[in-house]
Amino acid sequence: MFDELSRKLEGVLKKLRGQGKITEVNVAETLREVRRVLLDADVNFKVAKQFIEDVRKKALGQEVLQSITPGQLIVRVIHEELIALLGTSSAAIAQAATPPTVILVAGLQGSGKTTFCAKLARHLKEQGRYPLLAAADIYRPAAVDQLMTLGAEVALPVYHAAGVSPVDIAVGAVEHARKNARDVVIIDTAGRLHIDEEMMKEVGAIKAAVAPDEILFVVDAMTGQDAVNTARAFNERLNFDGAVLTKMDGDARGGAAISLRAAVGKPIKFISTGEKLDALEKFHPDRLASRILGMGDVVTLVEKAQQQFDKEKAVKLEAKLRRSQFTLEDFLEQLQEVKKMGPLSQVLGMLPGMNRLPAGANVDDSALVRIEAIIRSMTHEERRTPAIINGSRRKRIAAGSGTSVQDVNRLMKQYDQMQKMMKTLGKGGARALRGMGLPAGM
Amino acid sequence: MGLLDSIQRLRETLGKTREGIVGKVARLVSTRRTIDEETLEELEGILLGADVGMDTTSRVIDAIRIRVKEEGLADASELLPMLKDEIGLQFAGNGAAEPSDPFALPAARPWVIMVVGINGVGKTTSIGKLAHQYVRAGNKVMIAAADTFRAAANEQIGVWAERAGAALIQQKHGADPAAVAYDAVQAAASRGADVMIIDTAGRLHTKVNLMEELRKIKRVIQKQDPAAPHEVLLAIDASTGQNGMQQARQFGASVGVTGLILTKLDGTAKGGIVLAISRELNIPVKFIGVGERIDDLQAFNRKAFVEALFAP
Repeated sequence: MFDELSRKLEGVLKKLRGQGKITEVNVAETLREVRRVLLDADVNFKVAKQFIEDVRKKALGQEVLQSITPGQLIVRVIHEELIALLGTSSAAIAQAATPPTVILVAGLQGSGKTTFCAKLARHLKEQGRYPLLAAADIYRPAAVDQLMTLGAEVALPVYHAAGVSPVDIAVGAVEHARKNARDVVIIDTAGRLHIDEEMMKEVGAIKAAVAPDEILFVVDAMTGQDAVNTARAFNERLNFDGAVLTKMDGDARGGAAISLRAAVGKPIKFISTGEKLDALEKFHPDRLASRILGMGDVVTLVEKAQQQFDKEKAVKLEAKLRRSQFTLEDFLEQLQEVKKMGPLSQVLGMLPGMNRLPAGANVDDSALVRIEAIIRSMTHEERRTPAIINGSRRKRIAAGSGTSVQDVNRLMKQYDQMQKMMKTLGKGGARALRGMGLPAGM
Repeated sequence: MGLLDSIQRLRETLGKTREGIVGKVARLVSTRRTIDEETLEELEGILLGADVGMDTTSRVIDAIRIRVKEEGLADASELLPMLKDEIGLQFAGNGAAEPSDPFALPAARPWVIMVVGINGVGKTTSIGKLAHQYVRAGNKVMIAAADTFRAAANEQIGVWAERAGAALIQQKHGADPAAVAYDAVQAAASRGADVMIIDTAGRLHTKVNLMEELRKIKRVIQKQDPAAPHEVLLAIDASTGQNGMQQARQFGASVGVTGLILTKLDGTAKGGIVLAISRELNIPVKFIGVGERIDDLQAFNRKAFVEALFAP
């Protein structure tokens, strides 16, 4: 779905190429597409509308640099605004002056509270804290058993009590923590509907009874338009300190986070990304903004490339490419240009279609370092005429660069492939390459 | 425009219409005499706000725009019936008569129902309620606890089975869910059960190996009875946004979903995504969950659903 949207947006952007200034006409179509993208990402429709309006006002009349199109400029403005709206990436949890620190976790049914509580407990334990989990969900069948099982998995105690109210369980847990030198209490509450007055009163009563240092609202990343209503209702009752976005390992785009920020202005503190108990991450606004837009940040890439890539060098390179004389020296030079653009994983993330790299498929920047070392271990002659690199030269290069012959072979193979590609690409390809500033085949 | 300004503005925008979609169409009709573009735009907002999604919303609004023009409709009072018509047409089966009673059991015995969905949508609760209905109608009902993954899932379904008066087939935590399902269908046949409901672990539709596991569960059930599972129900949380479509697509591709259970409709979310799913994937909505009590499961009624989209 992302790719489809990306394509659409790029199609629109293409039409705008070569127009000098942002006007109502040339951005109308882009903004329509962006609105669609936001709605498909579950951003509340009113928030989306207002947001687009603000961006339009901000962008109108802006001079467009020669190098980018008005559409690209608009998308960049939108991306920046989204990041700004999503806030900071602070996952700081308030601490009590005198322990225990009390953390209250609340949310709708099925949003992932219990799993999150266990993850948070594990996270705090790793930071050297001594958490106690408290099972204050007395309604859902086996909710207490679930928390106890999870508690056992992370080797942490779980406080529970039969036949007493959730308020008493919470109070009892804090008392228990004080007596047993646990310095954090994480209270897992029952899932509740925001319009269930009785249940909302109950969670309010828990808050009043234990005066939590931190209240976290848990929200499912798949939530649609209703996120605004639930966030607001929970905030009115609890005045929570931050939100947790769960089930982010799925393919929901998480536009609910924007709605939530717009509705209550509270920070998002954690992202929960799986059923394993270590699948808890700090929140990164820029990543979520890219995910919501569902497209690689083409503009940033283009701009970075243009900033960094020396025009003169590019012209020379292009001439060489046309004669198909792309040497390892050029390769090295290009590598250095790429490095200036930032970590490789980030650069790749900016390319459309690369925004859905499977988890764990992180691009290793050290590969670049290795390639550089290998080329630097070659003589100038070898770099200019790679054909002369025979077996014994490869051995020497490997030894000189602290790599293996296989590494050298791999690089030579990549270089060969690039050469072939250059030949087939012809003139158009060379131009495209200059625009990207990226060695092909990387 | 500073950041704070922008947040403030957004908040005000939301605040203005705090009431949600309470009686919005009614207000629309009473404040507007004619059906103009602005009216249609407001209608669009109501549908989008109910998670119906861009595509389906555009279809409905475009259809209304055409009808307004062709039939020369101008009076806003004609809007609501027309809207209900057009939305009804989006459902699977093109708005033919209301679907038959989903609680009525066809002849095959045991009637095997498999319930699937992502985590936290209310599968287990729905199964408890469904079992209760079938037991109350005089059927012998069994439940298979094939969620062997989640902590304390066995205990949870156990409580519901007891409440409903259904027999429970389970193995220990961490057992092969396909083995549980296989044994369960066998047991249902040998004990002469009328209904066998299989609870599966919640899984995100993007997890390839977990979706493969679901396929396997279906395969081994078919070894017992080639016609089973007779029904594969996908549970969708009413608060789900556009991702619901992906859920339905992926679960459909892996085990062939035959119907939807729309859960948690007792909140303020309208569950409009099922309209899009129903239209695009031709999957009927069969049940709705409206509360936490055991009898809070109802047959889906198209008319009521459409009313609710525009009601307080």
